[in-house]
Amino acid sequence: MSKAAELAALIGSQSALSNRNLIINGAMQVAQRGTSETSVTSSQYADAPDRFKVAMTTAGTWTVSQSTTSPEGFSNSYKFDCTAANGSLSSDSNIQLLQRIEGQNLQQLAKGTSGAKSVTVSFYVRTNKTGTYTLELFDRDNTRTFSKTYTVSSADTWEFKSVTFAGDTSGALDNDNAVSLDVSWFLAAGTDFTSGTFSSGWASKTDANRVSSSQVNLADSTSNEWLITGVQLEVGEQATPFEHRSFGDELRRCQRYYFRTTGSSTGYGNLATVSRIGNTLYRGVVEFPVTMRSRPSFSSSGSFQTLDSGFTFSSMSGGDGASFDSHGVQVTMTSNGSAGQSTLLRQAADGQAALIYDAEL
Amino acid sequence: MNITSAQYVTVFGGSDNACIKTTIDGVEMWVPIEAGNRHYDEIMKQVAAGDLTIADAD
Repeated sequence: MSKAAELAALIGSQSALSNRNLIINGAMQVAQRGTSETSVTSSQYADAPDRFKVAMTTAGTWTVSQSTTSPEGFSNSYKFDCTAANGSLSSDSNIQLLQRIEGQNLQQLAKGTSGAKSVTVSFYVRTNKTGTYTLELFDRDNTRTFSKTYTVSSADTWEFKSVTFAGDTSGALDNDNAVSLDVSWFLAAGTDFTSGTFSSGWASKTDANRVSSSQVNLADSTSNEWLITGVQLEVGEQATPFEHRSFGDELRRCQRYYFRTTGSSTGYGNLATVSRIGNTLYRGVVEFPVTMRSRPSFSSSGSFQTLDSGFTFSSMSGGDGASFDSHGVQVTMTSNGSAGQSTLLRQAADGQAALIYDAEL
Repeated sequence: MNITSAQYVTVFGGSDNACIKTTIDGVEMWVPIEAGNRHYDEIMKQVAAGDLTIADAD
């Protein structure tokens, strides 16, 4: 087939030429929480690329990070580096890297209908540990899963992988802002996940069928590492070239789920205008850069000041949370500042203070 | 999630519960009372399992 014919066939097989990629931050550019976290042993959104969650049970100790090791055309990857091994997994051991997707962003899959669409997951992977790995789609609305394997052939070499999953005519995805689908890369799994008959299509979730019995145990040596980038989930049976988006575009998409004020790394960065409503009580509004997925949880870190007093404090409160919504939030803090109707809430001199809003799935 | 404390907070000047002040994995946070918020869902899961009690507001 000529190149032109190949291109025509490829275009004809796809439903969209832009906004194809249903994965957010697939190039691992955005890392609002931080770029590296050590001693990871349990499930969390770690200090590593946004939107990707570590799920982990009894499977060694890890440093996860936003790495600058990447294939040509990319600048970052998500890296797992084993720092304490577990060569003898427990039955419930597992390590997964996953991304959760809102149901309202997946309606084009037509899942649960006679016209259900196939989807293709493509990515670049690099590891010293060659062998068989499992990739899973998990429909959380209907508790259905479909797993497939991919093989890493060459150690310490970036390899491009493409895995296609047939459409599922059972189980429609909810058209709402809650999680509907997990895309999950298994890096290790105990017999609770591997002892059954490995998945051959969409089916009600049976843990024992979720992971291939040939699955690599990436936790078996502190020499092991695994990196991934260029992640794309798209409708269709063929992987198309990775849809690169600008950093600003990806950042805004990530901030729908997690937003951390940045202030100034050199200190005294302004965070909000606040008004004094009591002897030691101030309130202000922090406008979010984008509408968050749902009402977020609030926390803070570091030391703050109010400009009028220069008094440094680290106790920041979410107040009564009465204004928690998906557009902005009040903050309440105690300070012994001087009288005044309004002032600036800012970082202390170390520039480390941040207001944190979390609406992750 | 390791949740070590949870207490309702009432609306400013009122008596209705507005959110939950909690400590999760060592981080103090304020969690809206809303299903679908992953922290609220986990709090209620642990409450249902009898592993956590949400204290009344002060």
